[in-house]
Amino acid sequence: MAQLTSPPQILTTTLGKAMRWSQQQSMWPATFGLACCAIEMMATGTAHNDLARFGMEVFRASPRQADLMVVAGRVSQKMAPVLRQVYDQMADPKWVISMGACASTGGMFNNYALVQGVDQIVPVDVYVPGCPPGPQSLMHGILTLQDKVVSGELAR
Amino acid sequence: MMAEPTATTDIWVSGTEAPEVSEWMVAGTDEGAQEMERDETVERSVEQRGSRVVDDWVVDDTVDDDERMIVNMGPQHPSTHGVLRLNIELEGEIVRRVKPIIGYLHTGMEKTAETLTFLQGGTNVTRMDYLAPLHNELCYSLATEKLLGVEIPPRAQAIRILMTELNRVSSHLVATATNGMDIGALSMMMYGFRERELILAFFEKTTGLRMNHNYIRPGGVAADLPDGWEEDVAEILERIPLAMRDYEDLLKENPIWLGRTRGVGIITVDECLAYGVTGPTLRAAGVPWDLRKSQPYSGIEAYEFDVVTGSRGDVYDRYRVRIGEMHQSLRIIEQVVDTMPRGDYKTADRKVSPPPRQRIDESMEALIHHFKIYTEGFKVPAGETYVAIEAPRGELGCYLVSDGSGAPLRMHTRAPSFSNLQALPIMMADSLVADTVACIASLDPVMGDVDR
Repeated sequence: MAQLTSPPQILTTTLGKAMRWSQQQSMWPATFGLACCAIEMMATGTAHNDLARFGMEVFRASPRQADLMVVAGRVSQKMAPVLRQVYDQMADPKWVISMGACASTGGMFNNYALVQGVDQIVPVDVYVPGCPPGPQSLMHGILTLQDKVVSGELAR
Repeated sequence: MMAEPTATTDIWVSGTEAPEVSEWMVAGTDEGAQEMERDETVERSVEQRGSRVVDDWVVDDTVDDDERMIVNMGPQHPSTHGVLRLNIELEGEIVRRVKPIIGYLHTGMEKTAETLTFLQGGTNVTRMDYLAPLHNELCYSLATEKLLGVEIPPRAQAIRILMTELNRVSSHLVATATNGMDIGALSMMMYGFRERELILAFFEKTTGLRMNHNYIRPGGVAADLPDGWEEDVAEILERIPLAMRDYEDLLKENPIWLGRTRGVGIITVDECLAYGVTGPTLRAAGVPWDLRKSQPYSGIEAYEFDVVTGSRGDVYDRYRVRIGEMHQSLRIIEQVVDTMPRGDYKTADRKVSPPPRQRIDESMEALIHHFKIYTEGFKVPAGETYVAIEAPRGELGCYLVSDGSGAPLRMHTRAPSFSNLQALPIMMADSLVADTVACIASLDPVMGDVDR
């Protein structure tokens, strides 16, 4: 083994690629659980599904330390300003996943109380369908977001 | 020319001139008006202030007004119990007053229920208490069946008990897990959710969904149990008691856990009864009140189980009661498996339950019934009723009014989390600020249930 020459220890890349690669890794979500989807989000983070495989298990209680907001559940009219404030408190670059039918479109509750889609308040990058989406769906949404970030589609 | 606004009405119609806003309207509707003000009438206390030494004459015994402050917690907060907001009046480290502010998850479900037929209503109620969806469905179905006056076959009743008791275990697992996590026992979170997955896998196999099943419907259940369900339930019955031994090792005699939960958040029997607190919180205070014993439903009186009670009514006792109830639920499930009757899984009343698929090809009437049940829904005789069951959080009641049509005229839910949450200020008065999350977690409120 010692005689073998090691491959050249040089890596060439562009600044943009390196930046996108670093953004993709260790995206920390804010704990923004609202309703049923929050339970599935917690289930995604715990041992059975293990979100840590994607470097994302560190749910931050403070929005200042978070890169990703998973809007997990139905957003009521009373909650909408709070949601926007938490989004504004997050440091750039930041992304939003709308988890579940209620967050994406209002779901089955087409009434006076709910915001009919969280994209009326904050810009959404990935919509995860389901009521509630299972952990696999949420993980697929997260991987989709990572793909979009690394491909430059969501350059921030 | 704009017409003069009439002085008698307070309702402003869009397009007309806005009426003068009177003071009471602002006070009644403005968000700020709900918030807690400093209450100068509450007597200030000088006990337990930090490291105050009693003999030390240098330390001033009086508390300045500046030392009393109101801290806002939530609605987005690090504890894992949804969008609950608390206004807490602190005196140093001591909580003097607490005011829970709710409504951040108000979904208008009771109103939505009026637009859905009785058959569709299950999809709505199942999303209220999302940790115990099957209990919500059962309560709503029992109320509808009481108005309809239909007989439920024994197998459907046994399936209902099997599913709701499994749901009680999974709900208490989450309660124990999040209770642990809130106080800092993070391993409990991992273990609790691990065993919950086992039950959810069975739910998914049976109902098609991990949560929000809409499985228990008026007239019976949506589908029969899947092939091989006995083995799945046997695995659950084997693995969960083993896992619960792990929890006992982790928590039961853990000195940190005992220190954080013993004597914390005490509520007495009288206070529980005055505030309508039910469920594990009431039983931990020492009252053996369980609707499964006092008002049995769905044939649960046929199974043997004990009502678990505590004595001190603190956080630790509530945790013990939940662990005990999980054991009792597993005991019920064991008996259900042994005595599962054969037969139909839904009522044979063709006005309520849709005909079997093959009958639709043979009979015109079956086709018509099928079509009518799924479009306008079955008609429920006019009347009103209240049915209560024992949900994991306490008495879950469904008040249903029918005017004889296919959809309820009014549906109201007596949510256990809502009533239990009222007791939070009592529980937390004069406790330490660090015990706040322990108290919230021990009540196990589900905000979907509180706000609906």
